[in-house]
Amino acid sequence: MTKLDAKIPEGPLAEKWTKYEASVNLVNPANKKNLDIIVVGAGAAGASAAASLAELGYNVKVYVFQDSSRRAHSIASQGGINATKNYKNDADSDYRLFYDMIKGGDFRAREANVYRAAEISNNIIDQFVAQGVPFAREYSGYLANRSFGGVQVSRTFYAQGQTGQQCTLAAYQALSRQIHAGKVEMFSRRDMLDLVVIDGKARGIITRNLITGEIERHSAHAVVLATGGFGTIYYLSTLAINSNGSAALAAYKKGAFLANPSLAQIHPTCIPVLNDYQSKLTLMSESLRNDGRVWVPKEKGDKRPANEIPEEERDYYLERKYPAFGNLVPRDVASRAAKERCDAGYGVGDTGLAVYLDFKDAIKNQGYDTIKAKYGTLFGLYLKVTGINPYEEPMRIYPASHYTMGGLWVDYNLMTTIAGLYAIGEANFSDHGANRLGASSLMQCSGDGYFILPVTIGDYLADQIKVPKISTDTPEFEKAEKAVKEKLNKLLSVKGTQTPTSFHKRLGHILWTYSGMKRNEKGLKKALKLVNELKEEFWKDVKLSGGLNELNHELEKAGRVADFFELASLIITDALNRKESCGAHFREEYQTEEGEAERDDKNYSYVAAWEYTGEMSNPKLHKEELVFEFVKPTKRSYK
Amino acid sequence: MNITLKIWRQKNKQDKGKFVTYKLDGVSTEMTFLEMLDYLNEKLIKEDADPVAFDSDCREGICGMCGLYINGRPNGPEKGVTTCQLSMSVFKDGKKITVEPWRSKAFPVIKDLVVDRSTFDKLIQVGGYISANTGAAPEANSIPIKKEDVDRAFDSGICIGCGTCVAACKNASAMLFVSAKISQLSLLPQGRVEAKERVQAMVLKMDELGFGNCTNTGACEAECPKEISLSNIARMNREFYKAKIS
Amino acid sequence: MRRFFGSSVTKKLVMALAGLFLITFLIVHLTINLFLLSDDPDPFNKAAHFMASNPLIKIFEVVLMGGFLIHIICGVILQIQNWMARPKRYKVTYPSQTSFFSKYMIYLGIIILIFLFLHFMNFFFIKLGWVEGDHENFYGIAHDLFHMPQYLVIYLFSFLILAFHLNHAFQSAFQTLGLNHAKYTPVIKGIGLVYSIVVPVGYSIIPIVIYFFK
Repeated sequence: MTKLDAKIPEGPLAEKWTKYEASVNLVNPANKKNLDIIVVGAGAAGASAAASLAELGYNVKVYVFQDSSRRAHSIASQGGINATKNYKNDADSDYRLFYDMIKGGDFRAREANVYRAAEISNNIIDQFVAQGVPFAREYSGYLANRSFGGVQVSRTFYAQGQTGQQCTLAAYQALSRQIHAGKVEMFSRRDMLDLVVIDGKARGIITRNLITGEIERHSAHAVVLATGGFGTIYYLSTLAINSNGSAALAAYKKGAFLANPSLAQIHPTCIPVLNDYQSKLTLMSESLRNDGRVWVPKEKGDKRPANEIPEEERDYYLERKYPAFGNLVPRDVASRAAKERCDAGYGVGDTGLAVYLDFKDAIKNQGYDTIKAKYGTLFGLYLKVTGINPYEEPMRIYPASHYTMGGLWVDYNLMTTIAGLYAIGEANFSDHGANRLGASSLMQCSGDGYFILPVTIGDYLADQIKVPKISTDTPEFEKAEKAVKEKLNKLLSVKGTQTPTSFHKRLGHILWTYSGMKRNEKGLKKALKLVNELKEEFWKDVKLSGGLNELNHELEKAGRVADFFELASLIITDALNRKESCGAHFREEYQTEEGEAERDDKNYSYVAAWEYTGEMSNPKLHKEELVFEFVKPTKRSYK
Repeated sequence: MNITLKIWRQKNKQDKGKFVTYKLDGVSTEMTFLEMLDYLNEKLIKEDADPVAFDSDCREGICGMCGLYINGRPNGPEKGVTTCQLSMSVFKDGKKITVEPWRSKAFPVIKDLVVDRSTFDKLIQVGGYISANTGAAPEANSIPIKKEDVDRAFDSGICIGCGTCVAACKNASAMLFVSAKISQLSLLPQGRVEAKERVQAMVLKMDELGFGNCTNTGACEAECPKEISLSNIARMNREFYKAKIS
Repeated sequence: MRRFFGSSVTKKLVMALAGLFLITFLIVHLTINLFLLSDDPDPFNKAAHFMASNPLIKIFEVVLMGGFLIHIICGVILQIQNWMARPKRYKVTYPSQTSFFSKYMIYLGIIILIFLFLHFMNFFFIKLGWVEGDHENFYGIAHDLFHMPQYLVIYLFSFLILAFHLNHAFQSAFQTLGLNHAKYTPVIKGIGLVYSIVVPVGYSIIPIVIYFFK
């Protein structure tokens, strides 16, 4: 059994990163220009990493499947980005953010990584401001803040409901500058289909040119995956419809461990499913819970229009159950509470699968203009999708698949279990434990990309300076390319009757039902069986159109769905293994009398890292024991 | 409801392309326009026909990947929406809907309704940024910025790079796109430092890439899904003259 | 070509400045034309003579011609580039809410140019001695022409076209100059609208009065 070494530096928590930086191996500037780095994906994490690495002098090659890196789904992040500036004088500090994240993640994240994320949060704000991000400001000209779920301070920086867009574009622009400078070579409309490992080191990738269909080999001294999360596995999600888990899966199959895959965030405030044709769900930023109040009718099956239900007949269940945090409880808690109310028959709307998010009081107290200034874009978006005006009627919301806390296992250097293969941003499992707090994803992505990876990668590359350009003319590249071509040809040759999308829908349904907000052993086992059956059916009956050597969206989709089956099995296996409830992972067998999650620190205070052992055999579990040196895991309470 | 679709089909860049008509039953008014196309494609695949290629990603109006010319207007008849946000409820039963790709020399068609917008990236690459290397930033609050200026910078900065402005403009001009970025950055003190170089480089590149010229028609502003203002173009002009004079 | 004429924005600027210059000239010309309404031919002929002989005006004339030429050349170059920017047209187009006449500026401009040529044949070229005519009595020439119904129709039609051209041109020039402001742009647009009506109407009233009453 491989012992997972997280390579956490010694010393007091607050000094680990500084000490690390002081002692890390460096590559001298003259040598950097001889080193190539591949970055796959260019959202907030990938673009900031690629730009920062290029600024340092490395040769960077960037691959995205969209037409431009500005499309990456980080762009859709709405509410904000956290930092411990303490501009509000509300006693915020690195330690408090660290503690909030550790607690918010239900004590399933690695202390040292989380502290570092908190520690560099201020630099990120500085960097973004310098790069022209128009964060909201007060009339004084200084930066404004707002609050987010799961915390009691105001530390979130924001640009209306488009913070992610502004930050991602800043990173995109920094990347564009390096492309212009010739330090970054950009490959757009490329799907990464495999990772190439030579002598145990990540040395390249196989891509498909999505326009010509050509299968290409690309090599480098190190490979960075910034490929985001795979929440689209549920079919309906808040993610972009092309977001996928194929790069992560490819890395997993080449030896990178996949950690905590079952820890997936179901975001509480999304526009509910409206019909069967729907291709995606739209997120309504968590920031809305700053001023919006969540409620359902006190009467079961009350079908009166929301505005006709008098105050005393409304159940503000979050305020009732969690008086200390009220509507600002963390996402996992809010989602489960919504599901609980709806399952109990109190849900609203035609389907009964929705709760109200009401701004009546906020508008009354703060005025229409203030609310419009804060949430104008989000209200407009809601109106566009649903036709309901949230200034007049409460919004209807329901949880939806959103973010994957799990991902490729990485050590303190953000390196996976394959030497020279890094995973940053949502693609890794690192900082969010079993539940991510709002406005911490942009923070982690940009932190990884701007400030952590550019330092830690040097530690690895320092002993690679003598390695000449990696040739793509090796048996390993040959083999990987062949495997990719075989898989694609196999997909095209099935010539069955059902489309990739129809399989995806069915897979999503299985996962949502048995491995969604609530899970139990019986359901999970059933799901595993169903997924395997569906997978078999897929390979016998999938129907594609078009060929290999052309733009073929169906082929892209089919490849992603095929990979989702394997990821789905892994998610379920992980969920079965974790016989406790923590954060977003709620096993019905393990709950308190009040229906709250019951952790089992004695047996499950570890990161479950799964190793691929082959097509026919079960994945192998490796445990990274979580050592809590600086905080004591407590019962997570928001009451 | 039933609709008739007249869709531009073009195999690849070299192909001349043509319109193909599809009759589609069972369309729901609850579908978005792209979900309707998904529905058409599912049907085409089952009939062994080639599905219609079109770009889309976030499907919530922020990534800028989608964008179709529907019945003579970019993103269809609704104001302030991207194509993915367009609802089928705006079309009447039995209606004929003509769908074309963005047409512009600078946005060549790749396949069917998919176009190559990399010229937008090239525009940003020559100057659409503030050259602040990672690590070089001062404390965020060290430069106070007037709220009004930041709000205006934000209003320009929300451009999603979808290309609607170019598609809508009778001259296929990219001035709204370019000016939005120039405005955003030149309104902020951080961006003023390079304002002169930025505007010159971006305008020069814009001409070079084969976009048309602005005739102050205002179609870009009228059709922009983010309703970005024409005043950005005036600001860009101002910045350009300032750069040339100084 | 780009080196010579500068960037698109420069060309637009030159175009706008020349246009604004021509817009101002229209008022000067109109003021002189108003003398045509007098029963006494003297004031108009004197003004015409002054225009023909004063050395300052001679210089101004060159500038004015330059203004026309630049405006036209820039307009044509920009238009050709604009056509080239969309080699394949849309099958279906729907007019969006825009400055309506901006879409037809080149055509409106061409009509105005044709009228201008006619106008030059009747007046300016006579003054220069290129075309035969009585250059001591432009008042007489004008009155004769305005009594011809076909000329009157062409004249009125041309000024209608000019009105359309000005309607877009006025506000457009300010936008090109970079003068766009939430507060003042509506005012500029208002002035532009008034100008594009008042000036062509002013020009048109003269021949109508002459045709019917003189």
